[in-house]
Amino acid sequence: MEMLARTALHLTLLLLFAPLLQGVIVRTKALFAGRVGAPLLQPYYDLARLLRKECVFSRTTTWVFLAGPAAGVAVPILAALFMPFGALPAPIAFTGDLLLFVYLFGVARFFTVASALDTGSSFEGMGGAREVTFACLAEPIVLFCLIVLACIADAMSLTALLGPHLAATWRGPAGLSLGLVVVCLLVVLLVENSRIPFDDPNTHLELTMIHEVMVLDHSGPPFAMVLYGAALKLMVLGAPIVRLLLPVNTGFWVVDALVFLGGMLLLAVLVGVIESIMARLKLVRIPQVLIGTTMLSGFALVLVLR
Amino acid sequence: MIWFVAGMLLTALSGVPGLFADRFGRGGERLACLLVLAGTASATGGVIAALASGAPALLTRPWSVPGGELALRLDPLAALFILPLCLVVGGGAVYGLGYWPQRDHPGNGRRFRLFYGLLGAAMMLVLAADNSLLFLFSWEVMAVAAFFLVTTEQERAEARRAGFIYLVTAHAGALALFAMFALLAQETGSLHFPAAASLAGGSATLLFLLGLFGFGFKAGLMPLHIWLPIAHAAAPSHASALLSGIVLKTGIYGLLRLTSFFAVIPAWWGWTVLLLGVVSGVFGVALALAQHDLKRLLAYHSVENIGIITIGIGLALLGRSFGMSELTLLGMSGALLHVVNHGLFKSLLFFSAGSVVHATGSREIDHYGGLLRQQPWTAVCFLGGAVAICGLPPFNGFVSEWLIYLAAFGASRGEGLSLRLAVLAAPALALIGGLAVACFVKVFGVTFLGAPRSAAAAAVHHDAAPSMRGPMLTLLLACAWIGLLPGTLAPLLQSAVATWVMPAKAVSLAAPLAPLPLVGATGWVLLIYLAGLGWWLHRRTRQAPRDVSTWGCGYVAPTPRMQYTASSFADSLVSQFRFGLWTERHGGKVKGLFPATGEFASHTPDAVLDRALLPGFRRLARGCSWLRARVQNGRVPTYLLYVALTLLILLIVTAR
Repeated sequence: MEMLARTALHLTLLLLFAPLLQGVIVRTKALFAGRVGAPLLQPYYDLARLLRKECVFSRTTTWVFLAGPAAGVAVPILAALFMPFGALPAPIAFTGDLLLFVYLFGVARFFTVASALDTGSSFEGMGGAREVTFACLAEPIVLFCLIVLACIADAMSLTALLGPHLAATWRGPAGLSLGLVVVCLLVVLLVENSRIPFDDPNTHLELTMIHEVMVLDHSGPPFAMVLYGAALKLMVLGAPIVRLLLPVNTGFWVVDALVFLGGMLLLAVLVGVIESIMARLKLVRIPQVLIGTTMLSGFALVLVLR
Repeated sequence: MIWFVAGMLLTALSGVPGLFADRFGRGGERLACLLVLAGTASATGGVIAALASGAPALLTRPWSVPGGELALRLDPLAALFILPLCLVVGGGAVYGLGYWPQRDHPGNGRRFRLFYGLLGAAMMLVLAADNSLLFLFSWEVMAVAAFFLVTTEQERAEARRAGFIYLVTAHAGALALFAMFALLAQETGSLHFPAAASLAGGSATLLFLLGLFGFGFKAGLMPLHIWLPIAHAAAPSHASALLSGIVLKTGIYGLLRLTSFFAVIPAWWGWTVLLLGVVSGVFGVALALAQHDLKRLLAYHSVENIGIITIGIGLALLGRSFGMSELTLLGMSGALLHVVNHGLFKSLLFFSAGSVVHATGSREIDHYGGLLRQQPWTAVCFLGGAVAICGLPPFNGFVSEWLIYLAAFGASRGEGLSLRLAVLAAPALALIGGLAVACFVKVFGVTFLGAPRSAAAAAVHHDAAPSMRGPMLTLLLACAWIGLLPGTLAPLLQSAVATWVMPAKAVSLAAPLAPLPLVGATGWVLLIYLAGLGWWLHRRTRQAPRDVSTWGCGYVAPTPRMQYTASSFADSLVSQFRFGLWTERHGGKVKGLFPATGEFASHTPDAVLDRALLPGFRRLARGCSWLRARVQNGRVPTYLLYVALTLLILLIVTAR
């Protein structure tokens, strides 16, 4: 019964709140640029509009074309069940669930890229190639971070990794490692969600896109699912960063949920600030940055293992 | 046991009646297929009966060979290797009816089936042998039978070259094994396999190194993998499936059997094996990514998967050295489960690749495209195999990689920094997994999606024949079964690990495997979820127009040739591995303001065989012929000098 209630709470938070983060990011960027910007709820309006629209399919596409959006939405929702939202423990936790979490996103990537290749467009193939390249380099970073957290917590489930011990760890000798982990996870968050400085979701030139170019041919409800999946992914991948930076356990689930949501909003503002003050990296630089981040996460591991 | 032996004999002799059958008739191949099916079913029954009885089944008969003994032993460790073998050999025989029918291959069909059955039976004997001489005998039969399968199309130079290189490596490995078993016999005083954990001290190091070399050649560990890509590419697809899915595993089995003999395992053994595993895994998949020959690519993925298995074994060996039973249990059960899994999904991939090759007549990935419309069954089977080999849930590859990950994470709790460093296997596995996803999304996308890239691909109008489809679907179901119900295999894994080494502490696989049903349940939820969302999307978009062309960013006359190719898809990743791959590029330079027709080709030869061994041996041969030319220079005075020198030396030697 308790598990059901937790699942319901988790999914409610995720499903209702995720698009708002996109709105906050856009608003932050607008404020930086001196514009008023779109309403905060614009992403919801966009989704509603796209869901009502009809769509068009290229004649080369098959059912695989629809599998990408479907996996893009299904995977973050499923993965969220293993991820604690702030002090709210995950509905499902078992030893080794962190690997399931990582690999579930692999499934989403597989089908997103496959649906891009399904169109037979060279632009979408290019986007897919870039996506898998950067994901390959980001995956070891995630594992390094998880190992660091697992060594600190001496456990192997995400709920235990991001448990109440973190507040004490920040003050202890492992605090430096935690700091490095936060930096690395932030980089992974920006890469995986195609944010500046790695990718620009607002760019208008197909040649320079990464994620956007993969979904050029999606329209209508499938495209709504792509957008919604991206919003969900941002929230699920942002949750561990928020938890690491705000390790507060109040004991009341309402307060815990509010703290978490506040943290997510701050994270969205942070992403908006990064997007406003940084230029986009050249494509050839991205692998170098990612490999550098891997080294950084390696340092964090060395500090914990020594 | 009697069922197992009967099954083995039936399989071995399955091709013999066909030799007397009509050159173009269907009777011979049907009879052979029936015999293989009966043989594998009977052997499976024998193995299951032996497992059910709880104790290892033994059979001992005298053999006239000195020191030899017809000793067979079926324990859970062997059973884990034999069960997928039976499935793949049986499935391959049925697949062959559609893929290699006698009427299309009157010249080599009968020979192929003779050696196919012989190979299957020889592998059963290898896995059940309990005597060194019997093991070596069946090992050689296996090697020779596999040689004839690789050279099935002996009229083609590629097949002859592949066969030659395979034969050389197989015998280089066998030579080391002869030495190893001779040493072992000296150590124990008998040719019978010693009991588990009974050998201590002596020449353990030499035994281990010889075994690692000999078995590593068969398994295809990284510097010794040279025969794999060419042999797998040259053989017919169901023979490739057998070679890749099962023959490689006999090397792993040998390594496991050998290491189970020793009572004490030095830590550096574990480290060596672990390191070899990481190198094989990372470079195997990087080389695979750079290939554009479908079967060669799959062969490099075998190197990668053998690497993953070896990582598990390395962790298990470290667990034994450091007395961490949980590490041993997790590492070894992960490795063993991956042995089974790889046998299943790699055969599935080779079968479906065979169906594509059969339909298009080409192995070049860049000649395919859009095959999903004409070959929906093959595409679904290949997709299932691809998801499984990438280690993605809900298929079986995830479960075994998950166990190995758990072992690597467990190493971080060990005493002392030296063991804790083994945790670095986890990021290596993550890198391998990420690259595998990149590679298989490339293969699946370029082969089955998009528009046909060549006239041959556009002309495909039939899916795999029912006899090819059946085995593929069976293997797909087996992959899904292990992925969705992994708990069903836990008892077998537990007892197989106990056969390998009795754990010092009584650790049970039950505790670490307890979340497996949850993993399976997540797989189910994911599948249901995906199906539900997909169905909703499909219903919602049923009315949508489907006759527009893909958005070409304003360009109105796109052709299929403008699609991203396999090489261009992999290029950004391959260029990250420049230091180990050395991809050759030809052309691609544009000259002038109005460039004429240009061309571009890229090719990634094998790093060890084509870059080191062949040039090295060529240089050695040139050096030797240079020396011979100097020594035998045709001048009489020089020869007289040789005679004088020889006499002088003889005089000095005999003068003492």
